[in-house]
Amino acid sequence: MKPAIVAATILTVAAGAASAQSVIRLATEGAYPPYNLIDDSGKVAGYDVDVGDAVCAHAHLTCEWVTNDWDSIIPNLVSGNYDAILAGMSMTEEREKVIDFTQNYLKPEPSSYVAASSDVDVKHGVIAAQTGTIQAAFVQESGATLVEFATPEETVAAVRNGEADAVLADKSYLVDYVNEDPDLAFVGEDVFLGNGLGIGVRQSDTDLRDKLDAALAEMKKDGSLNALIDKWMPNSEHF
Amino acid sequence: MFASCADPGSLDGAMWLACYLTSGKHMAFYASFGTVLVLLLVTAPVALACGFAGAVAARSDILPLRWFGRAYIAMVRGIPDIAFFLFVPIALDQGIEWLRHQVKCPDWDLPVRQGSDFVVCPAAKMPLSSAPQWVHEGYGFALAVLAFAVVFGAFAANVLFGAMRAVPRAQIETGEAYGMSGRQVFWRILVPQMWVFALPGLSNLWQILIKATPLLFLLGVEDIVYWARELGGSKTSAFSYPHPDWRLYYFLALLVFYLLLTHVSEMVFSRLTRRLSHGQATLAGDALRKAQA
Amino acid sequence: MSCAQTFHDYALRSIGLGERLLPRTDFTLCDQFVLIGSGMLWNLYFGIAALAMGFFLATAVALGRSSQSWPVRKASEWFIFLFRGSPLFIQFFLAYQAFVLLPRVGVDIPLGVATISVQTSWLTKAWLGAVIVLFLNTAAYSGEIFYGALRAVPRGELEAADAYGLAGWQKFRRITWPTLLRLAWPAYTNEAIFLFHATALVFFTGFPAWRQEGDALYYANYFADKTFNPFIPYPIFAFYFILLTLTVITVFGRINRRLNRHLAPSERSRLKIRLPLVR
Repeated sequence: MKPAIVAATILTVAAGAASAQSVIRLATEGAYPPYNLIDDSGKVAGYDVDVGDAVCAHAHLTCEWVTNDWDSIIPNLVSGNYDAILAGMSMTEEREKVIDFTQNYLKPEPSSYVAASSDVDVKHGVIAAQTGTIQAAFVQESGATLVEFATPEETVAAVRNGEADAVLADKSYLVDYVNEDPDLAFVGEDVFLGNGLGIGVRQSDTDLRDKLDAALAEMKKDGSLNALIDKWMPNSEHF
Repeated sequence: MFASCADPGSLDGAMWLACYLTSGKHMAFYASFGTVLVLLLVTAPVALACGFAGAVAARSDILPLRWFGRAYIAMVRGIPDIAFFLFVPIALDQGIEWLRHQVKCPDWDLPVRQGSDFVVCPAAKMPLSSAPQWVHEGYGFALAVLAFAVVFGAFAANVLFGAMRAVPRAQIETGEAYGMSGRQVFWRILVPQMWVFALPGLSNLWQILIKATPLLFLLGVEDIVYWARELGGSKTSAFSYPHPDWRLYYFLALLVFYLLLTHVSEMVFSRLTRRLSHGQATLAGDALRKAQA
Repeated sequence: MSCAQTFHDYALRSIGLGERLLPRTDFTLCDQFVLIGSGMLWNLYFGIAALAMGFFLATAVALGRSSQSWPVRKASEWFIFLFRGSPLFIQFFLAYQAFVLLPRVGVDIPLGVATISVQTSWLTKAWLGAVIVLFLNTAAYSGEIFYGALRAVPRGELEAADAYGLAGWQKFRRITWPTLLRLAWPAYTNEAIFLFHATALVFFTGFPAWRQEGDALYYANYFADKTFNPFIPYPIFAFYFILLTLTVITVFGRINRRLNRHLAPSERSRLKIRLPLVR
């Protein structure tokens, strides 16, 4: 869809001269630390990015990164602007109707509410969430009033300035904000949504999916995936 | 940028700010101002060409061509430009790939639309998935330019169509009296004279084009709006330079940039108008002559 | 689900009435027509509210620009420069960022019989915040149009007014203003069309959509993103806007005829279909 083609890092985890294979283009959002972010030198970084690099190395693929807005990240995959998505994307039934996922590279994670006061009613209040996320779908069904924003950062800003009562997002994303801003706190109970994070690929692209899948299985076995979890997601479960 | 910026955590005050404003991300932000200017400079001639073709089509003696030209001109009047910006790049992208698919892979037996997938054979991909990153970026930018050119071409067609009509009838008749063919009258009499009538409209159009450039952001091009939003958002200590929500300041900077750009353009165009009016048999030309006398 | 049922569920979805959840799968043509049409309610509201209020401010700005007083003239010029010289897109972003910084208080406005309490937080909602931006924006553009028309009012008419002993407010109300409107009307029609087009930007900038209640383009984009097929929702959106544009031209054409009815037929300025297209 939107030809959101944007430079990031060109990664040459080169498969040597042996394979004249074409470059696999990986997409991420670059706005959801610690999953993915654009660091201050302007390069993509984060758990998704390190996993993607490692998977490509294991599978002997040449990969490069592109960033794409969250709301058009699936459409752009489907129309072939890149080949895989690693963007902290949870596997859900709705998404699986449209794209395929590899096995998970992170176990299902809790989503949490964060608010500026402790007496917020998360069932009936105004809850901010990013457009097109599982959290947004959950809020819409929960009976609370959903306010949608295009980027994750705006959802937190909405709570800070009182636009929304609380924000619902992945706990790993929110934890930095809560630690560093004395006004913000976790409220309500965590909810478990989705089936963990997976690498999204086109349904027609079974070849690529199998390769990435095999590489992930290898990384789970040799413990290198756990090392990356320790580096970026200290509160998350190991494989 | 500076050597002392290696450890941002230890800095404070002006030094912190100096390091912050020269980080790699900020450099990308400053470069994106160039992207906007390049888009303007590339789009303007392409749109003018589209407009010229549209105006000629609207004046054509061939009925279907005339209808096409008139419909093209009327189109931007009825439909908001933002709809074109969202629609044209996707439609073009899928259209080009579909055409290449028909030509390059005639024996491909799978349907192109599989459910929600839009699948063409690998050889028909635009750009080829093996192409280097700059080709992908260039292609995205080219689609954006085309989307702008389609919309602003219709505006320009309207202006030029009006300007062609404004050229005095007597001039055309004189040309015909000299025995010029229709083509000769068009190129030797009509086109050289229409510009002075078109200039006010074109100058206005340039201003609108400037004011439409932030929409690049909706096309996925990393322009100044993209970076202002990205840089301005509050940053936790996951980043080297944590700061609260500064988007207001970044957008104020963009506002100043655009005010300057439109203001400078206005001055340039008023100069140009003065120069073009020189010696013309119009009110402005008369005024110039009087001022000199 | 029949189309009548869809209409019942979603016709007023954009203003929060009807089915709470948007359709998720198996989008029919009917779904798309109904929801995008539902979104048009917002576009209509934004456009009409901004035009109705902007008209009066525009008159004031035009008079301010031709004022003898230096500060009034400069203030009007800067107002016009600020809003005509920068993209509406940036104005929306900036206004939203500024509005959320306002302290959240309720202000009571006594109106004699009743008191309305006004919340500053309303400014961050599209229904008020976006209307304010559109209102100021159209006031600047129309102000410039009216100023041009004001300078074109024939001197003879003003001298005739003087001869009849009209002055001040009476002279403005009876002579200057009607002529100004008559002269400005074709360009003002154009401005109205562009303003309606500009309403499609609201939910694509700073202003967030509440409860998935958005304008026509918000829903068109929703469908395009879900179905990955731009060839259906955007043409539907275009269809609705062409209807809207034709309606605006008809209504403004009627008013134009009324403004010109006192003139001899040969002097009437017809609202040409080929208006100057640019804003």
